[in-house]
Amino acid sequence: MGQHLMKGNEAVIYGALLGGATHYFGYPITPASEIAHAAADLFPRCGKHFLQAECEVSSISMLYGAAAAGARVITGSSGPGLSLMAEGLSYLSGSELPSVVVDVQRAGPGLGYIWPEQSDYNFIVHGAGHGSHSGVVLAPNSAQEMCDFAYKAFELAERYRCTVFILSDAYIGQIMEPVELPRQIQTNPHKDWALYGDEGSRHNLLSSIYLKLEELEGHNLHLQAKYKRMETEIVDFEEVLTDDAEYLFVAYGISSRICHSAVGELRKKGVKAGMLRPKTLFPFPSVRLRQLAGQVKKMIVAELSNGQMVRDVLLAVQGVVPVDLYNWMGGRIPSTEEIVLRLQKDLAAG
Amino acid sequence: MHTIKHQKARSLYPTFDRKAPGADVSHYCPGCGHGTVHNLIAEAIDDLGIQDRTIFCSPVGCSVFAYYYFDVGNIQCAHGRAPAVASAIRRTHEEAIVISYQGDGDLAGIGMSQIVHAANRGENITVFFINNAIYGMTGGQMAPTTILGQNTVTTPAGRLAANEGFPVGVAEIINSLQAPVFVERVSLAGPVKVMKARMAIRKALRNQVEKKGFSLVEILSPCPVNWKMTAVESRRWLENNLEPVFPVGNLRDLPKGPFDQVDKKKARISDRKILEILGVGEEEVHTGTVRLKEEQNFKIAGFGGQGVLSTGILLANCAIAEGLKTTWLPSYGAEMRGGTANASINISHETIGSPIVSFPNALMVMNLPSLDAFEDTVRPGGAIYVNSSLAPRKVRREDVTAYHIPASDIANDLGGIQCASVILLTVYALVSGAITIETLQKVIPLAIKRKNLVDLNMRAIEVGIAWHRENCPKEEKTTEV
Ligand SMILES: Cc1ncc(C[n+]2csc(CCOP(=O)(O)OP(=O)(O)O)c2C)c(N)n1
Ligand code: SF4
Repeated sequence: MGQHLMKGNEAVIYGALLGGATHYFGYPITPASEIAHAAADLFPRCGKHFLQAECEVSSISMLYGAAAAGARVITGSSGPGLSLMAEGLSYLSGSELPSVVVDVQRAGPGLGYIWPEQSDYNFIVHGAGHGSHSGVVLAPNSAQEMCDFAYKAFELAERYRCTVFILSDAYIGQIMEPVELPRQIQTNPHKDWALYGDEGSRHNLLSSIYLKLEELEGHNLHLQAKYKRMETEIVDFEEVLTDDAEYLFVAYGISSRICHSAVGELRKKGVKAGMLRPKTLFPFPSVRLRQLAGQVKKMIVAELSNGQMVRDVLLAVQGVVPVDLYNWMGGRIPSTEEIVLRLQKDLAAG
Repeated sequence: MHTIKHQKARSLYPTFDRKAPGADVSHYCPGCGHGTVHNLIAEAIDDLGIQDRTIFCSPVGCSVFAYYYFDVGNIQCAHGRAPAVASAIRRTHEEAIVISYQGDGDLAGIGMSQIVHAANRGENITVFFINNAIYGMTGGQMAPTTILGQNTVTTPAGRLAANEGFPVGVAEIINSLQAPVFVERVSLAGPVKVMKARMAIRKALRNQVEKKGFSLVEILSPCPVNWKMTAVESRRWLENNLEPVFPVGNLRDLPKGPFDQVDKKKARISDRKILEILGVGEEEVHTGTVRLKEEQNFKIAGFGGQGVLSTGILLANCAIAEGLKTTWLPSYGAEMRGGTANASINISHETIGSPIVSFPNALMVMNLPSLDAFEDTVRPGGAIYVNSSLAPRKVRREDVTAYHIPASDIANDLGGIQCASVILLTVYALVSGAITIETLQKVIPLAIKRKNLVDLNMRAIEVGIAWHRENCPKEEKTTEV
């Protein structure tokens, strides 16, 4: 099988095109710009549409328009851009339009800098924008998964009529790894609810406004039921040596790569470490974490933020097991050795 | 003017069931201009025979419920964003007729960016801009088009240029752009003017049918409720106060757009062709199966422009060709030190965890700052490959093997300083055994597009081999060479 060495940010565009993407709209921002560069090159060559929007407010509105018109549409950005997209993301959820949004997280707040962080977690996972809404949040930790997750994102987005986020980070965007490309192009199905500018779709209305309290309440309940369904249908995670683990790392994205190495090192030293890596952050693998809470002595959430995912872990384990937070901010990345030493020190301290 | 039920336009629903089952009165206030414009648009849609093709983008404002009335495809947009939404629909369905209908708060306030850029791209869409000099829906606040001295609930003493600036002339702004084909301002102040508006609306839609490009009609429109007047008074006020500030008339009517409306959706490209473009199923350069002595945690560092990142990519590509797992990560953020660029490359038989090489077992430095920055990070027993042309000092560590190779000088003699890193890489390949020379020779022509550079790098491999033969004892020892 052919393997292509490519950046995570490029892989996401290969995955999207093979996944049947028809449109890309976006505004450049480091460390996500290679997504736009790859899209600008490949979308037109593949007969698909690329447009650089004037800002992220517009690019997300373009996603709204194209999704309404039945397109398979994707954008890529980073924190500051995502903040601007909050409005459109809320409208997309309200009107139940499927689209794919890649967030290559950088360090914040404000302009921060282009170094990696995982500090958009709260914003993306717990409903970007106003209202009680969400989307599927996929968390790749390799260039391969950037491709694979983009490949399957459109089908998921259409199945649930929701936004699918690919929550990446500066390292997973910049890393180059061999990627095996899917061999088949997915087709964009006809959608009964979309606007095609023809007789068959003339009566379709895409809107998020509900004047009657009962209707808006019903709409909200319908959305929440949909999110609930995701928990049983698509929750996904990877387990590393959890069978006999006593110390369980919980990490996603670049942090999970480092923890993976740390687990290996700790095992060599006789510490029964393991890892659970959520591949879906929404829905969150709470059920499995709850099970593991009964088995392990401690969970260690490692993330590049002030501690955002840790709250979901705490909620999942309900106090059954102690949960520690190892966190870094401002672009600082721990080495494998640092994590190993810290856990050993913590264990020695009891 | 508020009942649009008597109009016979087919593109309006006979009853407004989306408002309430059987409803036949619109939600607009008596004397409101929105209803009039709805009728004119619906008539034009009928006459042009485009009802099935039309997609109506409604704004946030009093006309948010335009979908109660128009029997066409409907989408409700975020405040001010309709032109961006319409642009994307335009770029999805070439034959659709896309209407963006917006108020003055929507278009000239919150959505100024979206309208200007859609117009500037010459999107083949039609914009109907209802200028009633006030925010209707939210209860009569100042709009960007509120005239000086006009009382609103947020300018209770009248709009003051010194505080709120001047009223915005949207038609003029759009007319300052190159791409639009049609810009006209009309008024609803009386029946004759309404007839003019009717013509302009038709023209703006016909332009789209004929794929001419971007058309905008600004319609001066009464809002009796928030102007706190009767319907009759409001038409008079409109004529006497708004029209002098916003002169009606055609600002632009080009026979064709400044560029051809190219089919924005490209010719269909077959799936087979797409797979080919993306390189799916491409033959792999698989040379051999190397057994690594140990996992390689490799770091290469140097000035920008010394090919540090690309040499790292070359190494990673060779590793793939050897059937090994690999990662490449550029120097990035906090990893950057001493003004040098660097890349981390891991090569392994196993799945690679952390792609970050903090403590390399193989370090290649292209200049002195890089040697200074990274010498101490090398793991005991590791190797350092030094471009001694630019890093003239010896490696100080005694627990690593150092190779001092005057790579830049040799490269210069070969005719291209760019190939210095490949000389070092060749020595690394021979010493570490992580990749073979055969693989390097196969991958270089695939990685480098320019023929003369390929030749240069092929010669660099040869001199690298020669240097290794002459300087490295057969059995490697951890002594300095
Ligand atoms: C982001 C956002 N800000 C504010 C509002 C509140 N809002 C609704 S309509 C409107 C003004 C509409 O005025 P205009 O565009 O002139 O339309 P009209 O109602 O006069 O037809 C405002 C400010 C909103 N819906 N969304
Ligand atoms: S408030 Fe003004 S713009 Fe809104 S419906 Fe009433 S008259 Fe029309």
